[in-house]
Amino acid sequence: MAEAESDTVRPSAVGGQLWRGRTPGRPAPSIMVGTGEVASALEPKDLERMMELEGHLSAASTTVFLSHKSPQGLLNLAGGGSFLVPYVIMLIVEGMPLLYLELAVGQRMRQGSIGAWRTVSPYLGGVGLASVVVSFFLSTYYNIINAWAFWYLFHSFQEPLPWAVCPLNDNRTGYDEECEKASSTQYFWYRKTLNISPSIQDSGRVQWEPALCLVLAWLVVYLCILRGTETTGKVVYFTALLPYCVLIIYLVRGLTLHGATNGLAYMFTPKLEQLGNPKAWINAATQIFFSLGLGFGSLIAFASYNEPSNNCQKHAVIVSLINSATSIFASIVTFSIYGFKATFNYESCLNKVILLLTNAFDLEDGFLTTSNLEQVKGYLASAFPDKYSEVLPQMKNCSLQSELATAVQGTGLSFIVYTEAIKNMEVSQLWSVLYFFMLLMLGIGSMLGNTAAILTPLTDSKVISSHLPKEAISGLVCFVNCVIGLVFTMESGNYWFDIFNDYAATLSLLLIVLVETIAVCYVYGLRRFESDLKAMTGRALSWYWKAMWAGVSPLLIVSLFVFYLSDYILTGTLQYQAWDAVQGQLVTKDYPPYALAIIGLLVAASIMCIPLVALGTFVTRCLKRGDTPPVA
Amino acid sequence: MLCLLFFLVTAIHAELCQPDAENAFKVRLSIRTALGDKAYAWDTNEEYLFKAMVAFSMRKVPNRETTEISHVLLCNVTQRVSFWFVVTDPSKNYTLPAVEIQSAIRMNRNRINNAFFLNDQTLEFLKIPSTLAPPTDPSVPIWIIIFSVIFCIVIVAVMLLILSGIRQRRRKSKGPSEVDDTEDKCENMITIENGIPCDPLTTKGGHINDAFMTEDERLTPL
Repeated sequence: MAEAESDTVRPSAVGGQLWRGRTPGRPAPSIMVGTGEVASALEPKDLERMMELEGHLSAASTTVFLSHKSPQGLLNLAGGGSFLVPYVIMLIVEGMPLLYLELAVGQRMRQGSIGAWRTVSPYLGGVGLASVVVSFFLSTYYNIINAWAFWYLFHSFQEPLPWAVCPLNDNRTGYDEECEKASSTQYFWYRKTLNISPSIQDSGRVQWEPALCLVLAWLVVYLCILRGTETTGKVVYFTALLPYCVLIIYLVRGLTLHGATNGLAYMFTPKLEQLGNPKAWINAATQIFFSLGLGFGSLIAFASYNEPSNNCQKHAVIVSLINSATSIFASIVTFSIYGFKATFNYESCLNKVILLLTNAFDLEDGFLTTSNLEQVKGYLASAFPDKYSEVLPQMKNCSLQSELATAVQGTGLSFIVYTEAIKNMEVSQLWSVLYFFMLLMLGIGSMLGNTAAILTPLTDSKVISSHLPKEAISGLVCFVNCVIGLVFTMESGNYWFDIFNDYAATLSLLLIVLVETIAVCYVYGLRRFESDLKAMTGRALSWYWKAMWAGVSPLLIVSLFVFYLSDYILTGTLQYQAWDAVQGQLVTKDYPPYALAIIGLLVAASIMCIPLVALGTFVTRCLKRGDTPPVA
Repeated sequence: MLCLLFFLVTAIHAELCQPDAENAFKVRLSIRTALGDKAYAWDTNEEYLFKAMVAFSMRKVPNRETTEISHVLLCNVTQRVSFWFVVTDPSKNYTLPAVEIQSAIRMNRNRINNAFFLNDQTLEFLKIPSTLAPPTDPSVPIWIIIFSVIFCIVIVAVMLLILSGIRQRRRKSKGPSEVDDTEDKCENMITIENGIPCDPLTTKGGHINDAFMTEDERLTPL
């Protein structure tokens, strides 16, 4: 029978006494339910399960925070103290219920995402498949970030840092033109790292330096997933804890930087008018959604290894709280560094203006300071009006607020803003190495979760795992992804990366989670699921979860979906930011038709799995019913 | 008569050194920016030193070895501190061409800067671009060295893990098969409900129900 081949079923404890965990040789400690709740909280296995889950999530959340997955990035937190209100509300209303739902489904069905949804209803096997497809897309493009982190890490061992100074031009009389117009950190990112082309149509060649780093990144990922989930569990301890250490070090350093208080004040001053803006709520919902890694199937896979009597409600609440706390903690660090960078830029801008005025009017050196600048400007404007009007166009208006508000999105945040701040710190090599090492840990942690989501169905299926050993399957997956990832090392690679980053996971995940929620509540039946959970864990389901699952969360996801679609329809065509080497800044361009086609393909490939598999199952069932007459 | 001659000489001097005059260069110093508290005041002695440095630079040019300090003229000293200078020929009738002065100053820029404890940004010669220090390029870029080290370590670790995995599998296949079988059975996770494996139920199509005991087993054997 076809169904027997698909997913292996872990023996369930429902109605039976005998069961064994998936990893042989590790007998499950008996967990006393009810009286031993405190004891169960301290069970080493419990802690280990939570650590693995938390490791997977913290990596996801902090990288999302560093705006890799979330479309809006740090802009969210730029809303300041007023952002915390929608953030916390969305966490309680959307994050925790959906996380609990996925964990509960995994723990109850005791299979990976494909098998779990097929158990819920034979027509819904496509949901798991869609999750796997999304995970596949994600793992294809995500590792290039690790490659870039490796590149910067290797370049951090030089004095001075290569992004701190501009290279010289040909006759050594000045600096390279592109570097002068942009800043040295932008030049290093766009020219030296990416060697970016002016538009997505000019593909260029594969750059060998990022390609080498990509190969290394995939080798490291292969090393971690080689032996399967046992070694992955141990690696996750490391990749989850180390970023916290580095964040703490950075917190101490960040708070002692000059100008850090400006950034923190900016972050924590509530902008109450933003609360009325629906965009803030949408951003909060999106941020929570992606930072918890919902819809990838990895949560279901993780939970399937749990013992049936495991208290996944407690896990869900604690882990989502830790996650959000990590995000806020990381944002404090980022904003203090952001404040330092903004203050530094503001002061250099002021110094440039002072120099300009001192030279133009031959004032005494040191006479103009930041404190008397405005006064003297006024005096000069009145005393020498024509000369002043000559100088006026060259004088930039320096404003600390505008420096703080310069929004950087996407990978630019991690690589441009932080490197710019780091180059101005003392002992910048040390801070640079620490920061990129942390970025690597987070990235590799995320990759482990993604590849686990792809590998679990592959190693579970008897067809493939009987022919090839585990190492060969992992090797093949890594190799295929590496070859596809070479596309992102071309000169136009960053544009394709942005396409994948913005469209491969966002809409599909929303739809997948929506279908999941509806499937559990209405197809499987909320009452049936509730009784299953009660029999499994011995704990009744609170009315709050039921209300959220059945009503609020699906409505929220539908509204997010509607918002994104309407946004796309209103703006007409999709646009992207291209780097113009002549001007030294980003310009907006339209996507060519074939890029739009690929975007559509990305979104459709994962979404269409659900109706196609449902249709396929329906057709095969009809055929079977037609073929075999009912047995008397 | 003497007064007239003197007047003429100073007039010519004044003509030679003027802002935007031919072959004149503007110099700008930012002493307080560079030295902060240790800034020295710009007076005539410092000017003398400057003239000496320029004359020294000119003496290094072939055909100009006879330049004296008195041939260097300064004018329009402002509070900034900025001034203009020209270098005249020994007869003090005309100024030396700008190209020569430019190349001379560029050659000796470092020594002029050091004499005043300043650098290229704080002692500016407008219209004389400074030669920037060439970047020190090591023969092998540092990042490739570190990359190769990490690459080799990772490859060795991968090889070790693969080899140990193969060895483990060989050892397992050589080991006792009965233990393996039972473990395999459990690993293949036969669904067990109430102590009866579910597989036989499905394969036999429900024709024989093992849940019901057969006649001989009902009574315990004696």
